[in-house]
Amino acid sequence: MNDLLKFITCGSVDDGKSTLIGHLLYDAKLIYADQKEALLLDSKVGSRGGAIDYSLLLDGLLAEREQGITIDVAYRYFTTDRRSFICADTPGHEEYTRNMACGASFADLAIILVDASKGVLTQTRRHARICALMGIRYFVFAVNKMDLIGYDEAQFRAIEVEIGALRQELGLESVRIIPVSATEGDNITKRSDRMPWYDGEVLQEYLETVDVTAGAAAEKGFYLPVQRVCRPNQSFRGFAGQIESGSVAVGDTVTALPSGEQAEVTHIFVADHEEKRASVGQPVTLQLSREVDVSRGCVLERESGLSLADAFEAEILWMDDVPLTVGKNFLIKLGTKKIPGILSGIAYRTDIHTGEHEPAERLEKNEIAHVTIAVTEPIVLGLFDEHRTQGELLLIDRITNNTAACGVVRSIGAAEDAARVYATPAMRSALNWQKPLVTVFRPGADGTTARAVAEAEYRLVQSGRHTYLYAPAAGEDYARTAAHLAAAGVIVLLVLGADAPRLDLPEAREWSALAPAGEQTAQAIAARLLQETLLDAAFAPGQWVI
Amino acid sequence: MGNLSHLDALEAEAIYIIREVAAEAEKPVMLYSIGKDSTVMMHLALKAFYPEKPPFPFLHINTTWKFHEMIAFRDAQAKKYGLTMLEYKNEEGIREGINPFDHGASYTDIMKTQALKQALTKYGFTAAFGGGRRDEEKSRAKERVFSFRNAAQAWDPKNQRPEMWKLYNAELHKGESIRVFPLSNWTEKDIWQYIRREQLEIVSLYFAKERPCIERDGNIIMVDDDRIVKKLHLRPEDIQQRKIRFRTLGCYPLTGGVESDADTLDAIVEETLGAVESERTSRVIDHEGAGSMERRKREGYF
Repeated sequence: MNDLLKFITCGSVDDGKSTLIGHLLYDAKLIYADQKEALLLDSKVGSRGGAIDYSLLLDGLLAEREQGITIDVAYRYFTTDRRSFICADTPGHEEYTRNMACGASFADLAIILVDASKGVLTQTRRHARICALMGIRYFVFAVNKMDLIGYDEAQFRAIEVEIGALRQELGLESVRIIPVSATEGDNITKRSDRMPWYDGEVLQEYLETVDVTAGAAAEKGFYLPVQRVCRPNQSFRGFAGQIESGSVAVGDTVTALPSGEQAEVTHIFVADHEEKRASVGQPVTLQLSREVDVSRGCVLERESGLSLADAFEAEILWMDDVPLTVGKNFLIKLGTKKIPGILSGIAYRTDIHTGEHEPAERLEKNEIAHVTIAVTEPIVLGLFDEHRTQGELLLIDRITNNTAACGVVRSIGAAEDAARVYATPAMRSALNWQKPLVTVFRPGADGTTARAVAEAEYRLVQSGRHTYLYAPAAGEDYARTAAHLAAAGVIVLLVLGADAPRLDLPEAREWSALAPAGEQTAQAIAARLLQETLLDAAFAPGQWVI
Repeated sequence: MGNLSHLDALEAEAIYIIREVAAEAEKPVMLYSIGKDSTVMMHLALKAFYPEKPPFPFLHINTTWKFHEMIAFRDAQAKKYGLTMLEYKNEEGIREGINPFDHGASYTDIMKTQALKQALTKYGFTAAFGGGRRDEEKSRAKERVFSFRNAAQAWDPKNQRPEMWKLYNAELHKGESIRVFPLSNWTEKDIWQYIRREQLEIVSLYFAKERPCIERDGNIIMVDDDRIVKKLHLRPEDIQQRKIRFRTLGCYPLTGGVESDADTLDAIVEETLGAVESERTSRVIDHEGAGSMERRKREGYF
């Protein structure tokens, strides 16, 4: 039975990567007839006159066709006699780095296009760096457009040296360098007689034969992140998940993390049939010999060397349009665990082109950095280089729900500073799903009555708001109390006398400044405060650190 | 996952996705269209939770123009596996007599796209599994596994959530929902090979058989009931018996058959492996111009 190779192609707009993949599919006669017809048809209205434009085969989205570039990952499928392939064709432009990272996270091997007439460019370095960050171990550098330099060996050898330097800098394990021409079809599927000096494999042959599992086999022990507890009836309790490393057999003793409890495996279901043994990659449901404390997000393991910690260092790629600032809180997804956490510090930013480290206070979209992250309770962690699945994470914005960053675990149990876990006003505010506000009412002087303010609070509570009607006694330091309540994320209705001084607090508003025209009824007050305390995306939680 | 065959790898990936959604989504549903992809997806759902039943219902959007054999198969499968099978029809569309002969593209919109939106809203489903595959069409090649829909149930292809490794972000605001495609990475060939390997039951329409047919706009259309006879004023001599089968199933007046002798699973797989025409050639709606599927999808079509 064939196995499956997932690979990514990276190159910029003019490197011809869509053409290369189109050609790979076309030469292998893998384009279905009607797609081929559509391709010929599209070519008539396409950019390059009569000849077939292979790249049109891949660019799917209307927006992309209009712009003539590839902005999102396109997945392509083909099979040869030896193997099944999934190709992620990704955009090369820096603006779409995050899309490229998506494709890279999916792949076992990267084909990086280098323009033979230009050599290794800053973008080549960026592409290789992203692929390495996302965990790719196998690289093919396709030195394309050899036809444009007259298939000249000397120029190719010079590029080979540049790639060698890049390989060293990024610590790439496996690197192949192949001279090709995508438009002419040289060394793509057939050996080119125009480059007799090249005696290595052609691209397709290499893709068919490379073994990308050699590196992955090095993961230690057995572990299974629990996706779900399967409980169809009182007598059956099973733990479902995919084996991420090693194998497990009936009778093995496994440890549940984070509880540390041990039990024997009594039954193994691989999908819907019972087996004595199961191994890496298989979807299983395990039954254990005794009751242990296991739920989604826990890990069953044996001799894996996974750690428990509530702080760690990660290398992240920031993907959100809004810049990242220190102190921002997130939902962190790691393995099957989802947990609140905070980005407690930026150790340094890595220049995506040169690899240089530089200090940073914030991160812009598509920047890479080493950061410290603290979570609210200890979770099961692995170094990305040792345990893929427990070393991959997402940072999810708690307000927009966007996937704001992806990252990999680089060290566990970070520096003391990072271990200081603290909740911020923004976290409390997000939890209450409201913006804190202190509204100062002056009954009799601003058109309100004490009764209307009280009833307004009642209406706010009924709408799900967290409020406090606060009428301080004489001599009370109400300014200080109000500041604490605001930091707790509460909506304060502060009732003061007409002559009391204004409150010097960022969250404080005089009702007279907020009041709509007309009668100041309880209903009008409540409506105005509801509107004023809506949590919106413009509210920047990063700014709220104590 | 080096040692798994490519079918085992695809199966493992799909089961992982299905379990993630069941664990994270508030109210999931699995869309069931009765065809071969749905058959595989249902089978994967049964495997994913074994010995438990899938912890979500199945939903069939019935345009009222499906082949009769499809409806019978649907009910038999639900009964056999003890599944909750919901059916939804756009009653307003039925009252207005919307049909594939007089209403063209708006028929698909009203009876399929709008009906789906109505059904998802009616039940308040937050996640819907669909059997879509990326190899089906160019714009699908770029869809995520977790495809986000805003409160108007529309897809924004320019603003898809990044999707890394197998860490899926299923967080939603009120009113929003996701479509989930566990078969994203399967090809038509994989589907057939898997059906053969697992010996899955499929609708009889996939097997070649003598069937009453007419030719319409270059497609072989099966005369499944009297409605088409009345609509097109067919005379008995217009209808011929031809040995045909279907590579894809939908509404019978819009689904072209192919002439074939493949009447066993092995023969179908053989025929498909050597196919030189991709399966969507026999779906009439896809030929309305470049990008028609993407437009439809932005409006909420699966």
